[in-house]
Amino acid sequence: MKTVKWYLSCLFFTCVIVVSACAEENKNIPDTTAKLPAAVAGPGLTLPDGFTATTVAENLGRVRHIAVSSNGNIYAKLERLKDGKGILLLKGGNAAAPGSFGNYPGTGIAVKDGYLYASSNSAVYRYKLNAANEVENPGKPETIVKGLTDRGQHNAKSITLDDAGNIYVNIGAPSNSCQVQDRAVGSKGQDPCPILDYAGGIWQFKVGTPGQEFKDGVRYATGIRNGVALSWNSSVNELYVLQHGRDDLHRMFDDLYTVKDNAELPAEEFLLAKKGSNFGWPYCYYDGKQEKKILAPEYGGDGKTQGRCEGVDKPIMAFPAHLAPNALLFYTGSQFPEKYKNGAFIAFHGSWNRAPEPQAGFFVVFVPMKNGYPNGEWEVFADGFAGSDEKRASGRVDYRPCGLAQGPDGALYVSDDNKGNIWKITYNGK
Amino acid sequence: MRRRLIPVNVVIAALFFILLSLEPDQTKPPAAVMERGKAVYTKECLTCHQQDGLGVQRMNPPLAKTEWVLGPKERLIRIVVNGLTEPIEIDGDIFHNPMPPHAHLTNQQVADVLTYVRNSFGNKASAVTIREVKKVRAEKKIKKS
Repeated sequence: MKTVKWYLSCLFFTCVIVVSACAEENKNIPDTTAKLPAAVAGPGLTLPDGFTATTVAENLGRVRHIAVSSNGNIYAKLERLKDGKGILLLKGGNAAAPGSFGNYPGTGIAVKDGYLYASSNSAVYRYKLNAANEVENPGKPETIVKGLTDRGQHNAKSITLDDAGNIYVNIGAPSNSCQVQDRAVGSKGQDPCPILDYAGGIWQFKVGTPGQEFKDGVRYATGIRNGVALSWNSSVNELYVLQHGRDDLHRMFDDLYTVKDNAELPAEEFLLAKKGSNFGWPYCYYDGKQEKKILAPEYGGDGKTQGRCEGVDKPIMAFPAHLAPNALLFYTGSQFPEKYKNGAFIAFHGSWNRAPEPQAGFFVVFVPMKNGYPNGEWEVFADGFAGSDEKRASGRVDYRPCGLAQGPDGALYVSDDNKGNIWKITYNGK
Repeated sequence: MRRRLIPVNVVIAALFFILLSLEPDQTKPPAAVMERGKAVYTKECLTCHQQDGLGVQRMNPPLAKTEWVLGPKERLIRIVVNGLTEPIEIDGDIFHNPMPPHAHLTNQQVADVLTYVRNSFGNKASAVTIREVKKVRAEKKIKKS
């Protein structure tokens, strides 16, 4: 009997081995869903008639915002350090052998009145520029503000400066909708939301006062979940911000919102942020179809009720959901045709929370403006960053527009933080 | 007879070692489990980790071929059940969005979705069982009391 048992065991193990071997074979069938998209040569961007895009630089790394000085130097802020450095200098816009300095990753960068300003995810620094618009002392910046909230989520401290000695800093809310447990199904919204005391808005600091801390700032506008795209509009002396709207309406509230609703709600909002403005996050979101601020479901909303959101400040324009506006630029140059003067360019980084619906965005939009308000519909200005319709739909795109800057000649620069490209867009039509 | 049995024992031991080295738990789980797991994935995980399991740059980490998914099952179950608020780093990229706790899922659903994730997107790893999920949930209760 014993012998028979042994032989049966042997037979069993042999079978198992054969089965395992078959499984091994299965392994060799390529699983295309798990493959990262192959690197492809940069496609031409599509632009309105008369405009041309040239690639200034490629593969610089995670280039977030960019700034161009009056003599054409390009400064690029990196979100991931490259050789230990977080700021790149392309002298005269030349991508060969860029200079680098600043040992912190981040998003914000700006050139203003002889200084370069740059931000980490918790502080703002500035560097004195010399006559050639180069940083005099790259190792020793002045710390303008320090100790700002950085809890990972929405930590980009994008910046803009006015003409009266103030700098505005986005302090994004480290949360989706201020639930007790962020993004958890069934977790209630905190009321009042304690995050609004230290984030979820734009704070104003003095440009010339080193060593400021959070408490030294003024909460300029609140109820903004994350305002990565912000810019001072010198033609009307006002601050403008674009909000990244909330996520996950379907995943957390499938009884109120379908998969399609989730892809289309809420609108991304273009905000005119006056001192004291309140745009309603986390209690409210903007529904572009109803053209209303709607009470968020974490606070008892049902997709229709306005409740406390009735009196909340509204956007000046609404964009499709989840497109992620990451840069805003008011065009002051004279190279582009008249309609572009003082209008707004907006770089949309592209969506992810629309899944399983097709992703969208990954383009630069133009909004004609008059007296500080939109003067017509928005239009796609530069497209083709995604690489193809399939890549756009899946979100596995070639490039993601993230930063905008205007050159001294009136050209528009666009940066990408996927591969690190910078394009220069010029007008040569009549 | 006894003399002949010794080499058979050796052969069996050898077979056993070969089997272990082949990682027998890398065989595909039953289709029914994968289907149930996919349904949970589509509802709970897809918007963040995406259809292809490759996540979202800077925000939501990929689930394909990462130690966080293929490594210790207890840690993986804990992340799904209790959530994870600290940013995590994969191949030098930091992912910032928090993983919410999924306390509303049943043990069966957690086991199914993790088995699905460990055997999709190019992953091949052993199934997660209901018993393993129960064990992790029990340890949470002990901590609370």
